[in-house]
Amino acid sequence: MISLDGVHKAFGSKEILRGVDLNVARGESCVIIGGSGTGKSVTLKCVLGLITPDSGTIKVDGEDITATGDRDAFLARFGMLFQGAALFDSLPVWQNVAFRLLRGSLKRPKAEAKEIAIEKLRRVGMGPDVADLFPAELSGGMQKRVGLARAIAADPEIIFFDEPTTGLDPIMAGVINELIREIVTEMGATALTITHDMTSVRAIADKVAMLHRGKIRWHGPVSEMDTAEDPYLHQFITGSSEGPIETLR
Amino acid sequence: MMVLTRPLAALGAVVLSALATIGHVTLFALATFRHIVTPPYYVREYLHALVHVGYLSLPVVGLTAVFTGGALALQIFAGGSRYGAEEVVPQIVALGVVRELGPVMVGLMMAARVTSSIAAEIATMKVTEQIDALVTLSTDPMKYLTAPRVFAGLVTVPLLVAVGDTLGIFGGWFVSMNTLDFNPSTYLKNTVDFLETPDIVSSLVKGAAFGGIATLMGCYFGMNSGRGAQGVGRATKTSVVAAAVLILAANFLLTQAFFAT
Repeated sequence: MISLDGVHKAFGSKEILRGVDLNVARGESCVIIGGSGTGKSVTLKCVLGLITPDSGTIKVDGEDITATGDRDAFLARFGMLFQGAALFDSLPVWQNVAFRLLRGSLKRPKAEAKEIAIEKLRRVGMGPDVADLFPAELSGGMQKRVGLARAIAADPEIIFFDEPTTGLDPIMAGVINELIREIVTEMGATALTITHDMTSVRAIADKVAMLHRGKIRWHGPVSEMDTAEDPYLHQFITGSSEGPIETLR
Repeated sequence: MMVLTRPLAALGAVVLSALATIGHVTLFALATFRHIVTPPYYVREYLHALVHVGYLSLPVVGLTAVFTGGALALQIFAGGSRYGAEEVVPQIVALGVVRELGPVMVGLMMAARVTSSIAAEIATMKVTEQIDALVTLSTDPMKYLTAPRVFAGLVTVPLLVAVGDTLGIFGGWFVSMNTLDFNPSTYLKNTVDFLETPDIVSSLVKGAAFGGIATLMGCYFGMNSGRGAQGVGRATKTSVVAAAVLILAANFLLTQAFFAT
């Protein structure tokens, strides 16, 4: 469903992606792992069109994303949970969740949009009492849940999760991981997650791709991750300071 | 040889950078105007911007204008009395306020109040990925954030200038009546008789230009902010400085266009 072929991206003289090749099948939950600065977020943003690759092709359902005519319709197929939730400070929670349903091609009557927003909030374990609060009144974990509700509000086919558990305590991280797994399964959506939280990987992933120095180093089912012989992958999943991946001390 | 070429290279880099910025700002402005005249329109955002840029600026504009008009009357009286020309206070206050001080003071107040707040808000949205979130939600940030704010600047700042001009003249009238022993009705009659249509038109045109500059600079530097708190701070500072300098430069050009014979 999503395929990246030889994707390169540099910022000035700094090469971030050096030929990323990756295929994610429909309904599959793929998690990209890798150290900080290896290009995980850039990869995700390239697929969404937030960053234009220097070379290579990215296709969704066989269609080159740069050749997509109707950008609105293209983006309507996606939902995204940002690392810091990226909720709009000036809007109450329900309008954040129903943002896409209040404008553009998916616009609905306000009452219906609010109803859907409250239903999605309930799906992520939040009561209707938070609907009229503003993001600044919520804790980090609650903001993340609202971000998740916004990502699934328009029932997207593809959902991206950018570091979904960063900054959360272990219990809340576990709750978010479970929610993501449940939602992806029940919606039948294709999910692409980037993280370096190995607990998250084991909870969310069907397939795992390791990005190192701007290339996919290893790609395979999560069940084979622990037995794989790749020394880079082994060092990363065990969190060892000894191995081929350079560490600063 | 390097000693000679290095300063030239540095100068060239600064000039090229300045030209690139001018090019980027021009393209940004053109894109903004295109978004203002083409649907869809986010009505709620437009209303919010009109209130924030226009209505909520009334107190600072009013106070600035009243005090400036009063001080101007005192200065003109003091200067005029050296030549026995104290009676020109109403005419010069009116001319000074309407042609120059009113629009410039309002423009600079806009740079201080509106440019800074727009730049800080949009820059914060950028560093917290809210701008990226808008894009993923099929919403063009230029249409959602920039177009309403620049439209509000173009529409409301001329009105604020009209209010500022009126209150500036009132400030001069109040001081002249209470401390300079002018006759209130004669003062107002002299003011009204002296002002001509081009004076008022130039004031309102300057208002629209300064409103456009102030909001555009806030949006441009906010959208192009660097990362982190430092990036937001730098974007805010640069936007205010750029807006103030451009407003004063535009004021000179517009004064020349309207009144140079």
